[in-house]
This record gives sequence, C-alpha cells and structure tokens, in this order.
Amino acid sequence: MNKKFKLSNNMKLNILLLLILTVIIIIAQENLDEYKLRILNLCAIYTILGLSLNLINGFTGLFSLGHAGFMAIGAYTTALLTMPIAVKEKNFFMVPLISPLDKIVWPFLPSLLLGGALAAIVAFLIGAPVLRLKGDYLAIATLGFSEIIRVIFTNTQRLTNGALGLKDIPNKTNLYWSFGIAILTLIIIVSLINSSYGRALKAIREDEIAAENMGINLFKHKILAFTMGAFFAGIGGGLLGNLIGTIDPLMFRFFLTYNILLIIVLGGMGSITGTIVSSFIITISMEVLRFLDERINLGFVTIKGIPGLRMVIFSLLLMVVILFFRNGLMGAKELTWEVVLKRFSKKPLSKGGIQQ
Amino acid sequence: MTFEMFLQHLANGISLGSLYALIAIGYTMVYGILRLINFAHGDIFMMATYFAFFGIMTFEMPWYISFIIAIILTGILGIGVERIAYKPLRTSPKISILISAIGVSYLLENLCIVLFNGKPKPFPTPNVFADMVRIGNISIQRLTFIIPVVTIILLVLLSYLVNNTKSGMAMRAVSKDQETAQLMGVDVNNTISFTFGIGSMLAAIGGLMWSLKFPQIQPLMGVMPGLKCFIAAVIGGIGNIKGAVIGGFLLGIGEILLVAFLQSLTGYRDAFAFILLILILLFKPTGIMGEKIAEKV
Repeated sequence: MNKKFKLSNNMKLNILLLLILTVIIIIAQENLDEYKLRILNLCAIYTILGLSLNLINGFTGLFSLGHAGFMAIGAYTTALLTMPIAVKEKNFFMVPLISPLDKIVWPFLPSLLLGGALAAIVAFLIGAPVLRLKGDYLAIATLGFSEIIRVIFTNTQRLTNGALGLKDIPNKTNLYWSFGIAILTLIIIVSLINSSYGRALKAIREDEIAAENMGINLFKHKILAFTMGAFFAGIGGGLLGNLIGTIDPLMFRFFLTYNILLIIVLGGMGSITGTIVSSFIITISMEVLRFLDERINLGFVTIKGIPGLRMVIFSLLLMVVILFFRNGLMGAKELTWEVVLKRFSKKPLSKGGIQQ
Repeated sequence: MTFEMFLQHLANGISLGSLYALIAIGYTMVYGILRLINFAHGDIFMMATYFAFFGIMTFEMPWYISFIIAIILTGILGIGVERIAYKPLRTSPKISILISAIGVSYLLENLCIVLFNGKPKPFPTPNVFADMVRIGNISIQRLTFIIPVVTIILLVLLSYLVNNTKSGMAMRAVSKDQETAQLMGVDVNNTISFTFGIGSMLAAIGGLMWSLKFPQIQPLMGVMPGLKCFIAAVIGGIGNIKGAVIGGFLLGIGEILLVAFLQSLTGYRDAFAFILLILILLFKPTGIMGEKIAEKV
C-alpha cells in the first residue's frame, strides 16, 4: 500500500519535472540566441553520450574506449542521408558520391535511427570477438577499433569525402530533438538498468566469474550493453553532426571518447543522475572557460589572451577532481526525489514510507 | 621492385621498429610494475624533444650536452608525474588512474601549446646523423643504422639492470606482488619512482631519435607514436621487455613494408597497428610473449 503510494508519488514528481522542462525548452528554443542554444543542445547530446558510455563502462564494467568510432558512424550516416542533393554535389566535388546515396534525402528521424542502428550493428560485429578480452586489453582493442573506423572514413572518399569532411549539413538538431532524445535515452536506460537485465549487468561488473556461476550468460549481457551503448552513441553522433553542421574524421579521434569518459567519471561511474549533472557541468564549463583564451580587460590592465589556456585550466580541474574526489560527484548513488525532498523538509515525506 | 629497394625499405623498417621498441620498453616497464596504461608516455616523449630543442636553439649548447640534459630532465618529469598524478591513486580503482593519466596527457599537450605555441618547429639535425652512407647502389642515412644500435645497447643495459642488480630485483618483486615486496623490505615507492624515471628516460631517448628521423616537433607529436608503441608493447605481451622489442620490430617493419608493397593501402597506415593488435589479441589474448594470467575467484 505504502510502496504503491510512494511509487506514484515519484511518478507525479517525474511528470511534473518533465512538464516544467518542456516549458523551459519551448521558451528557450524560441528566445535564446544561437550560441546559447548550441550550448544547451550540446549539453543534451553529451547527456545521451554519457548515459550510453556509462551503460557500458559504469554499469557493466566493460572498459570500452570505442565511443568516438560509433559516433562517427552515426554522424556520417545522418549527415549523408539528410543533406539535400545540391549540397551533396557541392561537397563531393573531387569524387562523386556513390550512386544510390547521391539521390536519397531522408527526413531527420529515420536518418538518426539508421545511424544508430548501423553503429549498433558494427558494435555487434566488433563485440562478438572483442568482448572476450578483459580490462585494459578490451580498452585498447575498442580504442583500436574506433581508430580503424576513423581511418576507413578518411580513406573511403567516395562515401565520406575523406579528410575533407562534410560541410553544410542541414542544422536539423534543435532543443526538441536533443532533449527529447536525451529524455528517451534516459527512460530506456533506466528501465533497462532496473530490469533483471540491469541486475545481471551489475552482477557482471561486480564479479564476472561469480556472475557466470550464478547462471548469467556473460556474452549475451555484455553484447547487449555494448550494442545498446553503441546505438545511442550513433544517435548522439548524428545529433552532434547536424548541430555543428560540419564533420570530418579528425573530429572523431579518441579525444572525443576521453571527453565522454571524463563526464561519466566526474558524475560517478554507475550513477545516472551523476552523468546528467556532469554532462551539463562539463559542457557549460568548457564554454565558460573560453574567456581564458580571449583578451581580458580589467580596466587598468589588459591581460593578453593566451590561446590554449582554457584547455590547460580544464585539464588541471580534471586532475583535481580525479585526485581529490575519486568517486566523482555522485559515486554510484542516485539523486532521487527522496534525497531532494529531504533536503527541503525535515519531516519525513510520508510517515514510515521512505525509511526502510 | 628491385632487391636494393627492398633492402632500403627493410633498413627503414628496422630503424622505425627499433624506435617503437625503445618507447615500448618504457611502456612495458611502467605497466609491468603498476598495471597502468601510462597514456602520458607519448607526451613525456614529446617534452623530451622540446627540452632538447631549447637546449640547442635557445641556450646554444652542443647537441650531445643538450640531449643528455633533456634525457635527465625527462626522467625527472616522469618521476614528478608519478608522484603527483599516480601515487595518490594507487589504491583506487583502475579507471581513476587511467583518467589521471589522460589528464596528465591533456595537461602536458596543452601546456606545450600555451608555452611554445602549436606551430611545428624544425628540429636541428646534427650532421653526424644526417650524413648519407652508400652501400653498393643504395644510400641510407646514417641515422638508420644508429637507431637500432642505440636500441640494442639500451636493451642490453636494461636487461642487466633488471636481472642482475638490486634495484632490478626490487622492480621484479614489486611487479609480482606489491604488498609482499613491501613486507620483504622493498621500498615500493622508491622502486616505482625509479621505474618511472628509467621508463621516461627511455621515452626521451626514443623521442630524440624520433625527432632526428622526422625532424619536426609539435605539441601533439607524441600522441600517435605513443599509442603505436603501446600497441607494440601489448602485441609483444605487456610487462615483458623482450616482448616489447619483438612487438616494436614487428610493427615498424610491417608498417614500412605495407606502405612499400601495397601503395594503395598507404592511407591505412595508421590502422595497420590496430588491425595487427586486434588479430594478435584474438589468437593470443596476452600477446606473443605474455604469460597466461590465472583468473582469481
């Protein structure tokens, strides 16, 4: 009785939050300037990417560094499918695009989904042999695969325009898409984690051998997490490509994976809410720190901007976080309504309903 | 392709391979003792070339003195990195140390961009290295012969150090089991610092040779070689010095021959290392010379 009440209470609060968020998004999309919109979009996209990498690394304990590769697949698929024919011709002036693709123009959503699906298929094919490896070996093999994908994209000029990259990708990404998909990703991943699959994944993370002895099919669960993570990475990549408007293979170097890794480590490996919070913190602070690169006028003295100082400060902050807050912001904990509400009221929410 | 050309490519492959081997040894030593992929190794290698560059260009030192100072400074830098970024995390989960390594790598790269700006600088090559040697019909830069010789000398010195000295024994003990080694009276902290110092100095020598061979230095130059040398170490069986050398040569020679014989695949040069890595990991998950790791329950 109590439990049911609590659940619906949570649900109500969730729906309320969702409604408030929707209103904020609508207002933001209509009123904010392009720069701020871009940052907000990036926050949502990094949330998607962070959640998907956290599913693989944080919840399943598979040390994968292949996210940039999957993102590249999604970004290129989405970009190639959504580009108008004229833009395609302009982009591929050196060598023409291969034949069926140069005539096809798809709407945004199916392109995104196909991008995600292709990333998932590649992840499945890669995962089958590679997921036998463990720890560092898995990390380096997945890193290797993402680099191979990048090198292939650099060299298949008729498909990807090679090192020149793609320009003038239609800016289909807006706050509705990015936040909508971020919320959808959140719902899907949370329900996966709270299902019996999720418990199996956590069991694998804690102790693989013990999990296997309990009858958990290691391979099936690992590949599920890996493929699903890659699917969302592909979608995140697609959103990113269509937000920025230009992509090239150099964008998808392993630095990109590191950035997402930082998000999940700062947020706490194995914490969903932590990932969301830190996606916003990292994306926004990367922008806020941009002033360091520019000229600072303090009235009486002008400090000459030093290009690159932003990244120095950023990496220093990262070191501080890793050295002094080892479990990230949240550890493996979640920010739940109980925790939030307890902060605001000293009284228990419903008598005896919460403290178990 | 004539036989002479093949020999020329082979010589190139061997010199690149010995460069990889040299840097891979540093990786393997650090990994063997700390079980840590030192992502900053490539950047430590890059710092060494900048130290030498400024020694020669700004302080107008003769190249050999500048090189020696650069190697020593790099060793100190390596020890510093270990003390600041890895030591406090020794008991925390592996991923934290890895992130810390990535952080150090970021920091060194960006610090270099801020301090020395990102533009590539030409590295001065002393004539001793640049002169051409003619053998029959082929002419090869003297450096191509010097690099493997340097690698072999260092390898001999290193295996003497590891197998026949007290510090070497301490290193082996720490790599087997840190806690037990400590109980046996081994100063674990000093041993780890020592290993980092040696590993970084090897990286420095590798970096200097690298910038003599490819005489252009820039802040991100360590990234790709760093990654490839790590792969060389993994291919050979990480933690094993002989393995690192085998892996390095395999990678270097393979890469050059791929480019030489299958020119259409030149663009895939950087993928070669990764493909080789994945193939070898699939058949021998711990590398060519790697020991089988028993699973602990």
